[in-house]
Amino acid sequence: MAYDKFNVLTSTVVPLPTENVDTDQIIPARFLKATEREGFGDNLFRDWRYDVEGNPKKDFVLNDSTYAGKILLAGRNFGSGSSREHAVWALYDYGFRCVVSSFFADIFKNNCLNIGVLPVTISPEFADVLFAAIEADPSTEVEVDIDTQKITLLSTGQSESFDINAYKKENMKNGFDDIDYLLNLKGEIEEFEKGRA
Amino acid sequence: MEKKTLFDKIWDAHVVKSVPSGPDVFFIDKHFIHEVTSPVAFLNLEKRGVGVLHPQRTVGTPDHNVPTVDQDKTIKDKLSRMQVEKLRENCKKHGIELHDLGSAHHGIVHVIGPELGITQPGMTIVCGDSHTSTHGAFGAIAFGIGTSEVEMVLATQCIMQSKAKKMRITVDGELSAGVTSKDIILYIIAKISAAGATGYFVEYAGSAIESLSMEARMTICNMSIEMGARGGLIAPDETTFDYLKGKQYSPKGEEWDKAVAYWKSLKTDDGAVFDKEYHFDAADIEPMITYGTNPGMGIKVKGNIPSTEGMEGSNKTSYLKSLDYMGFAPGEAIQGKKVDFVFVGSCTNGRIEDIRSVANYVKGKKKADNITAWIVPGSREVEKMAHEEGLVKILEEAGFELRQPGCSACLAMNDDKIPSGKYAVSTSNRNFEGRQGPGARTMLASPLTVAAVAVKGEICDPREIF
Repeated sequence: MAYDKFNVLTSTVVPLPTENVDTDQIIPARFLKATEREGFGDNLFRDWRYDVEGNPKKDFVLNDSTYAGKILLAGRNFGSGSSREHAVWALYDYGFRCVVSSFFADIFKNNCLNIGVLPVTISPEFADVLFAAIEADPSTEVEVDIDTQKITLLSTGQSESFDINAYKKENMKNGFDDIDYLLNLKGEIEEFEKGRA
Repeated sequence: MEKKTLFDKIWDAHVVKSVPSGPDVFFIDKHFIHEVTSPVAFLNLEKRGVGVLHPQRTVGTPDHNVPTVDQDKTIKDKLSRMQVEKLRENCKKHGIELHDLGSAHHGIVHVIGPELGITQPGMTIVCGDSHTSTHGAFGAIAFGIGTSEVEMVLATQCIMQSKAKKMRITVDGELSAGVTSKDIILYIIAKISAAGATGYFVEYAGSAIESLSMEARMTICNMSIEMGARGGLIAPDETTFDYLKGKQYSPKGEEWDKAVAYWKSLKTDDGAVFDKEYHFDAADIEPMITYGTNPGMGIKVKGNIPSTEGMEGSNKTSYLKSLDYMGFAPGEAIQGKKVDFVFVGSCTNGRIEDIRSVANYVKGKKKADNITAWIVPGSREVEKMAHEEGLVKILEEAGFELRQPGCSACLAMNDDKIPSGKYAVSTSNRNFEGRQGPGARTMLASPLTVAAVAVKGEICDPREIF
C-alpha cells in the first residue's frame, strides 16, 4: 500500500552494532499472528527490549532515552532469516524510515523497498565512523538524501554515496508501490502468457 | 550460442519485461500461501478493489501456527484460529485450492507441494516464506517473498525482482556412512558463512549431490537461505522424474513424455559462467552441529567451538554475545554437552526419509531419561506412511512423542516451545535466539545425529553408536 514519500531525511540515529540481526530478533514469530497490519512496532526487538515479565531491559538501545530518531544504524548482515515483511512493518510502525548497514540480507532489503523504509548500504569504514560519532554525541544528526543518493554525517560533513535502482528510487520518492506499476502492465502480462501457451 | 546456466534458462523464460535501470517483471507459475503471511495481502487487495488473477496458480495450507495436537478440534489460541479462519475465508472467496487442517494432504507447504507433484522442474515458485527455496530441488526457481509480493502475485501473477548473481557449489565424491545431506548443507554454510551467498542464486552440483534422493536434495535447497542466498536449485534428473511420476498433479500420458523431454533440457550448459564457484569434497564432511545463534556457526560434532583468536570489534562482541546466549565458552568441545529436547520435523527434515532414518536408528533403543523427544511429520501423507511402515510404533517404543503435522517447534508459533534456557537438538533450519521459544537454545543437526543424541542424552556422533 502507499507509504510516506521519501526525499531528504535528517534525523538523529539509533545505533545497534550487533551483527547478523535476524528477523526473528526484529519481530519474534509469536507476534506474527495478526490479520491486519497494525501495532507491530510494540513488539519490535521484543525479546531484546523486554524481559519475560514485559519489563523494559535497561541496557537495550530502544529503552535508552539517550538515543532516538528515524534512522536505525545496524551492524553487518542485518535482517537475515525469514522473509516476514512484518519485520519491516515493525520498524516502520515504530517510526524508522531508514536503516543503514554495511550489509543487508536480500529479502529484507527488498521488503524494505516495498513498503517505504529506505535501506542504505554503506562501507564498513563509514559505518565505524557513524557508530563512533553517535557514541560520542547521541545528538549527532545524519542526513539521507535519496535524490543525490548521499548519506552525510552533518557534524563533520563526511558523506558517502549509496546505491538504489532508478525504478525503486522513483517509487520511494513518490510513495508508490509495485502493485500500482504491475496493475498497469495487465496487457503486457496477458501477452506474455499467450506467448508461453 | 550463448552458454546459459540452469538458473538463466528458467529466469529468462519468465521475464515479462525488464524495467530500464530497475527490476524484471517476473512471471510466477506457482504460488503457495499460508495463514501467516497472506491475510494482509488479501486485505490490501480488497482495499484496492482488485481480485485474484489466476486462482488456480495458488495453493494454500495452514502450517505455521497450527497446533500439533487435537487438530480435529477448534484451535484454542484465538489469534491462530483467526489467521487460519481468514485463510479459509480467503481461499473460498477467491476459489483457491486449500489443503486444510485434517484433510488428506494437509502439511507444511514445502512438504505438500512436492508430495502432490505441484512442484515441477522449470517452474517459478514463490511463497511468503523464505524456505520456499526447498522446491529448487526439482530444478525450479523457488524463493521466499514478502507480503507485498504475495499481494502482487495474487493480483498480477508477477513480482518485481532483479535477477540474482549466480553461484555454483559443487560437492564431489562419496559421503561417508552416517553423513547426510543435512551435514552437507551445514558444512557448506559453516564454510561460506550465514551471509556468504547473499545476492546469489545457488546451483548445487557434483556427484555427491547427484547421488542424493529428492528428500535429501530438498534439505539442501531448503537451507540455501541460511547462507543468505535468494534460493538454491539442482538440475532435474532421473531421480527427479522417478519421484514425480504418478504424483497427483504431475503430467500424465503424452503430457508426461513431453514434460520429461523439456525437463531434460534444464541443465547448465558446459562452459556457462557463474559469478562465484565453490568446490567441496564429500569425503571431508562429517556429522555437523551448530553451537551458536546463526546457521553459519556450525562445526563437526567432534570439533571444538572456535576460539576468539583473530576476532575483534563488533565481530568479537557479537560472537561472544551469541556464545553467552548458548551458555558455551570459546574453545570448548561440543561433544558431551547435556541436551533437554530433541525435535524431528520442519520443512527441512520432516519428510518420510527423515522419519525412517530416526526410526531405524532408535529401533530397540530408548531415549535417555533427560530427553523430551518430539517428532512432527511434515504432512498428513508422511504421518500416514510412518504409521503404515510401522515407524510410529518403533518411535513410540523408544519414547518419542508423535505429533500432528505443522511447522511446530521450528519457529514455536504454536505451543510447541522449548523452555527458556533449555537445550534442543533440532532437525530444523534456524538456531536464532528465541527461535524455538523465548530463551530456547537450539542446535541444528541431521535427523541421524538427533536420534543419537536422543538415545545418549548428550551431544554425540551418530557413527559411534551404530
